[in-house]
Amino acid sequence: MVQKIDTLIESASQTAGPYVHIGLMPTYAGNGGSFETEVGTDPIAGKIEGEIIEIVGSVFDGTGWALRDVLIESWQCDANGLFPGQDGADPNFTGFCRFAADAETGEYTLRTVKPGSYTGRNGVESAPHISLWIVSRGINIGLNTRIYFSDCDNSGDPLLGRIEQRPRVDTLIARKTDDGRYRFDIRLQGEGETVFLDI
Amino acid sequence: MSEHAIPDHGRLIPRDRTVHPAPRDPEYKTSVTRSPNLPLLSMESSPSEETGPTFGHGLLGKLDNNLILNFSQGAAPALGERILMHGRVLDQDGRAVPNTLVEIWQANAGGRYRHKKDTYFAPLDPNFGGCGRTITDENGYYEFMTIRPGAYPWPNRGNDWRPMHIHASVFGHSFGQRLITQMYFEGDPLIDHCPIAATIKDRASLDRLVAPLDFSKSRPLDYLAYKFDIVLRGRRQTMFENKLEGM
Ligand SMILES: [Fe+2]
Repeated sequence: MVQKIDTLIESASQTAGPYVHIGLMPTYAGNGGSFETEVGTDPIAGKIEGEIIEIVGSVFDGTGWALRDVLIESWQCDANGLFPGQDGADPNFTGFCRFAADAETGEYTLRTVKPGSYTGRNGVESAPHISLWIVSRGINIGLNTRIYFSDCDNSGDPLLGRIEQRPRVDTLIARKTDDGRYRFDIRLQGEGETVFLDI
Repeated sequence: MSEHAIPDHGRLIPRDRTVHPAPRDPEYKTSVTRSPNLPLLSMESSPSEETGPTFGHGLLGKLDNNLILNFSQGAAPALGERILMHGRVLDQDGRAVPNTLVEIWQANAGGRYRHKKDTYFAPLDPNFGGCGRTITDENGYYEFMTIRPGAYPWPNRGNDWRPMHIHASVFGHSFGQRLITQMYFEGDPLIDHCPIAATIKDRASLDRLVAPLDFSKSRPLDYLAYKFDIVLRGRRQTMFENKLEGM
């Protein structure tokens, strides 16, 4: 017998189900007042540095239907490329937002600050991006992806550079539609399928 | 470009997806159109996944982790079998994950959710909302007082029922550790008939989501306890790792 490896095994994911809003967004579920303060309602907690932007989009299933019950979380650095908790990070920016598709239209809106670029390990610079985590009924393990921006230089980004089929890079790029406004649709499956990450 | 170094706590250990559910499982019909066809893009974690939101204990109200009392704000208890759900949040190295947010939601004792989309004819309990949250202590420990949720039918195949379960959402200390799972109850015969439980193909992995009855924490003449530990991804830290810029 060889020696034993005693690391633990990650708990298995299970779908968030159709009623995920009860737990994570009680007001959306019609149960406002469950908690005094809900988390992730607004990443902007006061006067902040940088450009405030709105990203609008839908999450489409394999038939092209926009999910009405999807819930998304976002995490990002501030306008100067600093993550909350890091020295010098904007004290009024939490970096975290939780939002859901509109139950009628299936469209979501994320209002946040446009992130800066940051330098990671080995001096590699990442283009500005927002990380997303997508859960809903029928999604058995939360899907990770990223939003990049059509008006930024994304050419040197280490993650985008790994996408072999170059047209698929576009699935991660929010298209500027107006000043401070972007469109970012997510396609779970089929034509134009978004690049999801195992990261 | 930032001039401040990002603290380096190590890369995340890549996910072993064989212990997780199959993303597409025809027996769970909704997953068929909501699962990617193409492989995920694999990459080592970066600061975007290694950092994550933090929440202070000041966020919590006094009854946030007591689902028996929190909906009525202490005025009247919810109906049902009183239980304590408790356990620890750990990482793969077996280290406690302290100060992390744990959120739960569940059906009431009759199997009905307080949600505008749930139309099952089991009645709502006027004193049960079905959500709770807490933050782990310095040893990664958490607990909730609640009632045993009822099993409920759901539209999938002809006659599918969910076993008793409590949904749980955990943050950890980095966005890449984010996890939503479900706690099942020891001895529930519906577990073996549930297509959602069966999306997990590795039986041992499903068994780890089944909470045992725990008499060491049960309170005589008051409540039964169930123990549910949650393991999140760990971090790799070796002497040969490259450090982040400036470290
Ligand atoms: Fe459920």
